[in-house]
Amino acid sequence: MTTATDKSAANSETTAGQWIRMYRQMVSVRLFEEQVNELYTRALMPGLAHLYIGEEAVAVGVCETLRADDYITSTHRGHGHCLAKGASPDRMFAELLGKEAGYCKGKGGSMHIADPATGNLGANAIVAGSVGIATGAALSAKRLGKDNVAVCFFGEGALGQGVLYEVMNVASLWKLPVIYVCENNLYTEYTHFSETTAGDIPARAAAFGLQAESVDGQDVRAVYATAGRLIDRARREGGPSFLVCNTYRYTGHHVGDINREYYRSKEEEKHWKTERDPLKLLADWLVAQGLADSTQFKRIQSEVEAEMKKAVEFAVAAPYPSVSEAGEDVYA
Amino acid sequence: MLETLTRELTFGQAVREALAEEMRRDPRVCIFGEDVAEAGTPFKVLSGLVEEFGTERVLDTPISEAGFTGIAVGAAMTGLRPIVDIMFGDFITLTMDQMVNQAAKVHYMSGGAWKVPMVMRTTLGATRRSGAQHSQSLHAWFSHVPGLKVVMPSTPYDAKGLLKTAIRDENPVVFFEDKMMYTKLKGPVPTEEYTIPFGVADVKRVGRDITLVATSSMVQVALGAADLLEETGMSAEVVDPRTMWPLDEKTLIESAKKTSRVIVIDEGYERYGVTAEIAAVIAEGAFYNLDAPVKRMGAMHIPIPFSPPLEDATVPTEKSVFEVARKLCGQA
Ligand SMILES: Cc1ncc(C[n+]2csc(CCOP(=O)(O)OP(=O)(O)O)c2C)c(N)n1
Repeated sequence: MTTATDKSAANSETTAGQWIRMYRQMVSVRLFEEQVNELYTRALMPGLAHLYIGEEAVAVGVCETLRADDYITSTHRGHGHCLAKGASPDRMFAELLGKEAGYCKGKGGSMHIADPATGNLGANAIVAGSVGIATGAALSAKRLGKDNVAVCFFGEGALGQGVLYEVMNVASLWKLPVIYVCENNLYTEYTHFSETTAGDIPARAAAFGLQAESVDGQDVRAVYATAGRLIDRARREGGPSFLVCNTYRYTGHHVGDINREYYRSKEEEKHWKTERDPLKLLADWLVAQGLADSTQFKRIQSEVEAEMKKAVEFAVAAPYPSVSEAGEDVYA
Repeated sequence: MLETLTRELTFGQAVREALAEEMRRDPRVCIFGEDVAEAGTPFKVLSGLVEEFGTERVLDTPISEAGFTGIAVGAAMTGLRPIVDIMFGDFITLTMDQMVNQAAKVHYMSGGAWKVPMVMRTTLGATRRSGAQHSQSLHAWFSHVPGLKVVMPSTPYDAKGLLKTAIRDENPVVFFEDKMMYTKLKGPVPTEEYTIPFGVADVKRVGRDITLVATSSMVQVALGAADLLEETGMSAEVVDPRTMWPLDEKTLIESAKKTSRVIVIDEGYERYGVTAEIAAVIAEGAFYNLDAPVKRMGAMHIPIPFSPPLEDATVPTEKSVFEVARKLCGQA
């Protein structure tokens, strides 16, 4: 296993326009989640809301290297993955509110957004629930002679589930084009990962013969470069890999998780938000390179704000499904 | 039943023929499981398939029921039509999350966007002296879950026709085979193509005085009991629902109305089992035509013991069904 130090290669081929696009995508995820927070606290959103704020560089850095026909699977903290893979905010908000216009006609909700058009096999509310599905999609790609790949996103909490090791073993034996992306945001719900995870994380995957790497998950350039290399390798029949993205969730496990001091300090949160913010890190770099200036960032911010506001209005105004829908779609 | 060119096949041969025909018809059909390729499974049901279809389509997996079932779910969503082989029905416990939370729910949670056309084949049945972890009949577990279909063939003819339907179905289907029938039960199977629709019960014997609703392994038991009853001048009708879900309520209720007495016989545990569901359907649908309470007969509520005389006492037999039927008809 290695640590990614080779970002320069891919980065040098990436144009300013692409970096700015990634910046915009990260802003979209963040502002989407801010709207979710708002909807939730105004009691407009039923259920639970797990925000992705702080982790934007992971979903965006990985998904920017994927094609529309590549597959992803996502988690309970999945809004960022779905958006980064190309979902549109209006239908996502509609799903979060249980509306007919949502991606799943309101039957899935925040934790189950799925969309064949963008290769999204579905977010999953079972921790490690989609590791088999992603691996199976990679098997289909290989068996059907296509060159698409599958990316399986999961939190480090999924490292406790045996099925992950079962499917990594198979992926390695069968050389499947799947990339397991472990988002280590340090905490499961309310427990530090060091209390639940023995040994070295990438070493677990390396033991099965997967290419295993770790990357700074706050640095979208590093995520993009490393994920790009692993995805390219999978596409060229180089087999499965495992990428740990070290990251941090800024807010609670879910919107209602307010008093967090029993499991993490305010200083720690402040450090990540001020020193390790993925949007700020990319913006600073773009400015230092002379590739962008603050007016551009401000414009992006206000454009995305307007887009999100419109999307929320759409979802709030959209009708609920008719009750007769409850019995539909049980069987194909 | 079709008349022309019918030969006798064992139950195992009928299963193998269905698989081979469907694999020839549709190149997307593939089989995953433990020892399914060269070994052809411990029961030899699959022998010859790997020689014809190759290891690309008949895949030996690690001993990872959860892992390869999950992989089948993802493969089914993305273009393959996998058939997973779970060696003993007792091992379905390892696949529960993949089947119950993933396979059964993907279509519904995605608002109909994704489909899971897969089949799980597994076994049921005691009296093989296999002990408590290789002898259970756990089909009620899956019958309880919306989104799954559950099939229980009782003859070689039904096994072939129903398995072909299962493979062509767009939903996850669980197919239970009585392991005691593989080599012991022979029956007529036409050479030409046929399929049997789900949700259509089969009247295995027409009768007048009592209805014996029987599933899978218990159909032969019920037919044997019917012979014994005939010797005492009683005419028993034997109805085989063939699929637990969808369930042909109409045929069950009609038979109950005609005979006015019903015993439901199934090798699963009697408590909270499929016999309870079928008995309730009949009680609701034929109440005013019944002359006796609907009687259930299933496995005793104990782990299946090893010792032969003990094991034999756990499941209904021709004799016990005969005796219960006589009593229900006021003849004992
Ligand atoms: C099988 C299972 N067990 C427990 C839960 C409850 N649960 C939901 S999220 C969570 C923590 C997950 O932590 P992690 O995988 O690190 O993801 P994160 O929330 O940090 O993004 C738990 C325990 C669940 N959804 N599924």
